[in-house]
Amino acid sequence: MGFLTLDGLTKRYGEAAAVSDVSLGVAKGEFISLLGPSGCGKTTTLQMIAGLVEPSAGRITLDGRDITHEKPDRRGLGIVFQSYALFPHMTVAQNVSFGLEMRKVPRAERDTRVKQALALVQLAALADRYPRQLSGGQRQRVAVARALVIDPPVLLLDEPLSNLDAKLREEMQFELRGIQRRVGTTTIMVTHDQSEALSMSDRVVVMEQGRIMQVDAPYRLYESPATPFISTFVGKMNRLPGVWRQGGIEAGGRLLPCDGAGLAEGAAAVLAIRPEKIGLTAPGGGVIDGCIKARFFLGSAWFFTVETSAGLVGVSLPNAGAEPACEGEAVGLAWSSASAKAGRPEGVLSA
Amino acid sequence: MSSARAGTTPWLLAAPGALLFTALVLVPLVLTFVLSFHVYDTASGVKDETTLAHYATILTDSYFLNIFWRTLRLAALTTMLCATIGAPEAYILSRMGEPWRSIFLLAIIGPLLVSVVVRAFGWSMLLGPTGLVNEVFRALGLGTVKILYTETAIVIALVHVMLPFMVIPVWTSLQKLDPMVEAAAWTLGASRFTALRRVVLPQVTTGLLSGSLVVFGLSASAFAIPALLGGRRLKMAATLVYDEYMHELNWPLGAAIAILVLVINLVIMLAYQRVVEARARRTLG
Repeated sequence: MGFLTLDGLTKRYGEAAAVSDVSLGVAKGEFISLLGPSGCGKTTTLQMIAGLVEPSAGRITLDGRDITHEKPDRRGLGIVFQSYALFPHMTVAQNVSFGLEMRKVPRAERDTRVKQALALVQLAALADRYPRQLSGGQRQRVAVARALVIDPPVLLLDEPLSNLDAKLREEMQFELRGIQRRVGTTTIMVTHDQSEALSMSDRVVVMEQGRIMQVDAPYRLYESPATPFISTFVGKMNRLPGVWRQGGIEAGGRLLPCDGAGLAEGAAAVLAIRPEKIGLTAPGGGVIDGCIKARFFLGSAWFFTVETSAGLVGVSLPNAGAEPACEGEAVGLAWSSASAKAGRPEGVLSA
Repeated sequence: MSSARAGTTPWLLAAPGALLFTALVLVPLVLTFVLSFHVYDTASGVKDETTLAHYATILTDSYFLNIFWRTLRLAALTTMLCATIGAPEAYILSRMGEPWRSIFLLAIIGPLLVSVVVRAFGWSMLLGPTGLVNEVFRALGLGTVKILYTETAIVIALVHVMLPFMVIPVWTSLQKLDPMVEAAAWTLGASRFTALRRVVLPQVTTGLLSGSLVVFGLSASAFAIPALLGGRRLKMAATLVYDEYMHELNWPLGAAIAILVLVINLVIMLAYQRVVEARARRTLG
């Protein structure tokens, strides 16, 4: 299978399973995100790969070698911890050098590699500082340099950006991805932030209650979420309940056009559509009419909550430079039938 | 008015403590200091003349120097043993889960609730010629070993009494440690032992050093344990002072010894403290 393979990986604490039957193949050089709400087992999975948590069942193989029960110091993986876990009594250079010392790399080579690693994360000037003298973003870079300097076959990132403020988080997303591309290290990142997972990964693994729900490229995950949970966890999703009729869903006294393969006439169904796929028109000009209940300005976009006879609908419009409709205004909602999907109420495949 | 109040309030607040400290510590200390320069005559007692003879005696007589040297040696040995036992004990304690952590912490601190005298008698029962330890030695065919009234007995009991003073500061500094830091060392290729030595130990040195300071100070001035487990012959500084006061009735000589012990202890501890602080500044800022 892949370069790194998880096969039926399971962790039980007493009766409760934190991770159940997780199987995944990761290709060499790939960037994979484990995405899910807190308590979904993503961090436990990462710690089992790192060797910090002993699996209850299953196998982990790395490049054909079974590492399931290997000690963490034998695996040679690079790990960036959520708290960064830098050695506070060592300078930046000593922190980065530690893994090389453990590998008995000769002094001269060690110095060169530490310099290269620090240059990679743009910290060469701070080599002699102590971690406490650094900002959050700088500490994070030290942690990345420390993990990468040992040339690990796999880099594990545990919520690497969660301790940074919003602006820095965005910068580091691109920077981390850039570093990963340049170095080409196979990377697995744990995150609860869907935008982080979407923007950085080659593939996203969505986990819920210890199980893998869907593994897909970010774009496909967004456009075709496998479950209602994923559709609302990854991005926003309007879900309007109604009854399937030929060509659409009947809800609030209107026939709302959508795609609904495999549904029986008259069956209960739910229409799912992303807010950004809906347009605003003059009343009567769209699929359904409504009244703007609230309006939020997000900088690059406007977000509206529109009250309709079929229920509340979220609409997102790009900021075109002019002020759009106000709160309390009557509007029409328009969308193409291809961008809305209908499904059974308990499990809607959609977007 | 209000500015005058602001000026005097701190003084008024500090006054009770300052008075107590002056009355109970400073005055007796000054009196002892003055007393140590008085002439003593076996026939007529303390005279109103001053002399440096007591200090000269102490610093030249090998009897006193031997006792000082023993005090220093046993206090240092106790400190070292407490560090080697206490640091791992604190580490294990910090890695324990509830409820065991609370139970063991209580077991470590609990003995502090029992008087040192009672604990010293307990040890003398265990270590005596017919005590439990010698019973076991005899049962194993090792014969009777003289432990009570030796330096060994003093050190064993001192280590027992002083251990909490080492465990608690080390434990406190371990509490501040991010447990993931140790895991980070493992994932970088460090064995358990190397991670402890290179990553955990350097971060608890402040705890270890301040624990050592307390243990050394208390051991060097310990009275009950050397008095009860060292016997009449094996004296340490505190028991020597007691003897000069209560048996020889040579109060000025006793006072001189007490002042010297205080000065030596102070010099050692201040020097040590400088090391502690320099270290703390470097690693923890």
